[in-house]
Amino acid sequence: MTACHRSSSTTVIAWTSLLSLGLLLGCAAPPTTVTPAQTVSNPDIYALTNRITWGATSSTLEWVQSVGANAYVAAQLHPDRSATLPVDVQVQIDAMTIVKQPLTGLVQDLEKRRKDNDAIADDDAKKAAQKDYQAELNRLAREAATRHLLRALYSPNQVQEEMTWFWLNHFSVHQAKHNLRAMVGDYEDAAIRPHALGKFRDLLGAVTLHPAMLRYLDNEQNASGRINENFARELMELHTLGVDAGYSQHDVQELARILTGVGVNLTTNTPGMRKELQGYYVRRGLFEFNPARHDFGEKELLGKPIHSKGLGELDEALDRLARSPATARFVSRKLATYWLADEPPSALVQSMAQTFERSDGDIAAVLQVLFAAPQFMNAEQQKFKDPVRFVVSAVRLAYDTKPVLNVGPMLNWINRMGEPLYGRQTPDGYSLQSAAWASPGQLTTRFEVAKAIGSGSAGLFRTEGPQPQERPAFPQLANALYYQSISKTLSPATRKALDQAASPQEWNTFLLASPEMMRR
Amino acid sequence: MPVQIKSAMKRRNVLNAIGGLAALSLTSTTRLLAAPRGTSRLLVVFLRGGYDACSLLVPISSNFYYASRPDIAIAKPSFELTSALPLTADWGLHPALRDSLYPYYKNGELAFVPFAGTNDLSRSHFETQDSIEMGQPLEGHKNYSSGFMNRLAAVLTGSAPMAFTDQLPLTFQGGAKVANTALRTLAKPSVDARQSSIIASMYQGTPLGAKVSEGFNVRDEVMREMSAEMDAASRNAINAKGFELEARRIAKLMKDSYNLGFVDVGGWDTHVNQGAATGYLASRLDELGAGLAAYAQEMGSAWRDTTVVVMSEFGRTFRQNGNRGTDHGHGTVYWVMGGGVRGNQVVGEQVRVEQATLFQNRDLPVLNEYRSVLGGLIQSQYELRDSQVDNVFPGVKVRDLGLI
Repeated sequence: MTACHRSSSTTVIAWTSLLSLGLLLGCAAPPTTVTPAQTVSNPDIYALTNRITWGATSSTLEWVQSVGANAYVAAQLHPDRSATLPVDVQVQIDAMTIVKQPLTGLVQDLEKRRKDNDAIADDDAKKAAQKDYQAELNRLAREAATRHLLRALYSPNQVQEEMTWFWLNHFSVHQAKHNLRAMVGDYEDAAIRPHALGKFRDLLGAVTLHPAMLRYLDNEQNASGRINENFARELMELHTLGVDAGYSQHDVQELARILTGVGVNLTTNTPGMRKELQGYYVRRGLFEFNPARHDFGEKELLGKPIHSKGLGELDEALDRLARSPATARFVSRKLATYWLADEPPSALVQSMAQTFERSDGDIAAVLQVLFAAPQFMNAEQQKFKDPVRFVVSAVRLAYDTKPVLNVGPMLNWINRMGEPLYGRQTPDGYSLQSAAWASPGQLTTRFEVAKAIGSGSAGLFRTEGPQPQERPAFPQLANALYYQSISKTLSPATRKALDQAASPQEWNTFLLASPEMMRR
Repeated sequence: MPVQIKSAMKRRNVLNAIGGLAALSLTSTTRLLAAPRGTSRLLVVFLRGGYDACSLLVPISSNFYYASRPDIAIAKPSFELTSALPLTADWGLHPALRDSLYPYYKNGELAFVPFAGTNDLSRSHFETQDSIEMGQPLEGHKNYSSGFMNRLAAVLTGSAPMAFTDQLPLTFQGGAKVANTALRTLAKPSVDARQSSIIASMYQGTPLGAKVSEGFNVRDEVMREMSAEMDAASRNAINAKGFELEARRIAKLMKDSYNLGFVDVGGWDTHVNQGAATGYLASRLDELGAGLAAYAQEMGSAWRDTTVVVMSEFGRTFRQNGNRGTDHGHGTVYWVMGGGVRGNQVVGEQVRVEQATLFQNRDLPVLNEYRSVLGGLIQSQYELRDSQVDNVFPGVKVRDLGLI
């Protein structure tokens, strides 16, 4: 990796000369294939890179230039699983508890600790122990959010990371409920990321059976004779069919019955049950299907009977929901809204939905249709950045391949702008509409954040803990990418504002606060 | 319509120029214009999540209520502190509001409208909230970027609208310019005046131009209004927190600078263990009640012509569910509070609360549709013509409950 830490000026020379020599050696993530010279011009490569990734950087542009736009997009849609993060970043992730300890043991230990705390006789000691327990949960959720941002900043598989955010938002959970703070890391890493560009049905299955989701939407409480409809309703309204898809209150009640007994078990005990039910019992880690809580009566969903018995009913129901044309339309429209425009062209959505149906919900294939559409590179369609994208793209641009040591300041900025990871209270996820993030109050806050990022290292290069270490750093926004590409996209008003900057800090602030930096 | 928007904008410019003195001087200007008065104040408080109205306004004369909620009912009024507070022969109030809002009810400044809500039947939080915020007829084409409070702002001459939220809510989206500022937490800005004006210059003439300069104006105004609080806070003079603190801040701004406000409060989706006289829901109601009382108090003499409406997307199931909670339902209860409100009553069309009157044998019915109730309310508060009410709630059949 060290060879990549060139100063921005040498980077320009390096990649242009490499290109002209035909020596296509990538850097941050070395490309393995060589493709013919590209006809795409530099500003287009910038626009494409900015649109496809969490934000353009010199090094990413260099990579796209070297392999060619088509090969880059293909590689993004079918990510190389052996791709690695920069060593400094991997070291930060490897040190995390959520990486070192599998979910089941982690949660069982925490549960034991919680129960032991409740049994402490002395009030003060009990309070202190409970406070420590809460602090530990906070720390675990922060690890997950930290890992999420580090991958967004530095993973060569940018589209996979963006889709991980997208699905986390689509299957949104709120970390403040119960002990979800200990679970969100695994939820993201085990249920979502592996399927982010895979088959929708696999993703839906993994999410639906994950303890974080089952706890968040109260399904652990849903039992025969004590029905809780919460998960059933959101599963159809928010996760699959969409609200106007023609299902009824009866369907919600039937799906809720299908979901009875689908829950979690945070202990190592197996519940007792009648002998004839034992064959239906399923336990995978913290996930549990308890047939003693399940309603084994006849059921129908969307006008057709459910044939299986036990947990198989849910598989059958998810198959039906995932393969409904309504789901294909709903998910395709949402993908196009996220990547392209608040009101995506309906013909494009339709053709994505057709691919969704034809490919049995192959997410990469659906995205391929979107990325290849002529509208995708249309300058009019530039999407307004939500707060997470604004922060990630600014830090990527400012520091490129010099990895930050502490994403804490980024988490604070994102919180301040109202879009914390795992922080949406309601299960609908954050809005994908520009209007949701472009109100006067939010813009003012965004300029505050622009100033914080532009004015110095802002704590990004100072580690936390008892012996904090700090590395000197300064946001390099007047870099090769700026002179090569960004400057050519700026309006006269933005140029004039930049000319009025009294210091490099202020110049950075104005650039990050400019209208051009608000859109991807 | 454009003329009215323009005059509303003009008023804001004047406001920004002369700050806190504006309200007085503008009253006279406004009256010269033969248009609805925008000088009285309206704050809409939206409880997101569908709060359990049967725990707020308790049907104390209904045996069916007590049979349906063995674990979460609020006891009939008695000397017990955990029992409902008596309002009428049929209704009681949640005891968490004993010190905060019960005095306003008894004093004739707070009324309740039971069986209120929308005819939307999706029972989806999001769909129903959106539908109510848009305030358009359920049938026919919908305009998804036009909310009823934005249309109200456009109809009123001299309206100065403000959303006290992180994001501009759907109800305030539309043709009239509306700003937003969240007041839960306040931080001193670091972007200085010169930098602000250079940043604003980059946006001049772009679609975001007006929002950027409005954002800076509001920031400056909030800082002016809150500087006293910030000084006081450093001497530990303010110990309010949560919604109470937020509500006080809203009042400070609405006293002088804004007359049409919106704020939302979350955390009402009580599927599990909602509690009864005490517990989770009780603490939410306690915080809300304390906040509204603080708002009324902070408004001072301006409370006289201020109305507060508390609403929610739907009520919850009449019967408790298997987890001592309640699921998404239908009819709910709206609250109307204000210095000029005819309170001390439970108004609107009502039926006895029993199994036979439940909607779909599950929820409270909607007998007082929200558009007709709010239409009647704004008509009497602002002396609107029928055509103006129709601009706000197209096709509405106004129902005047005589609250103002």
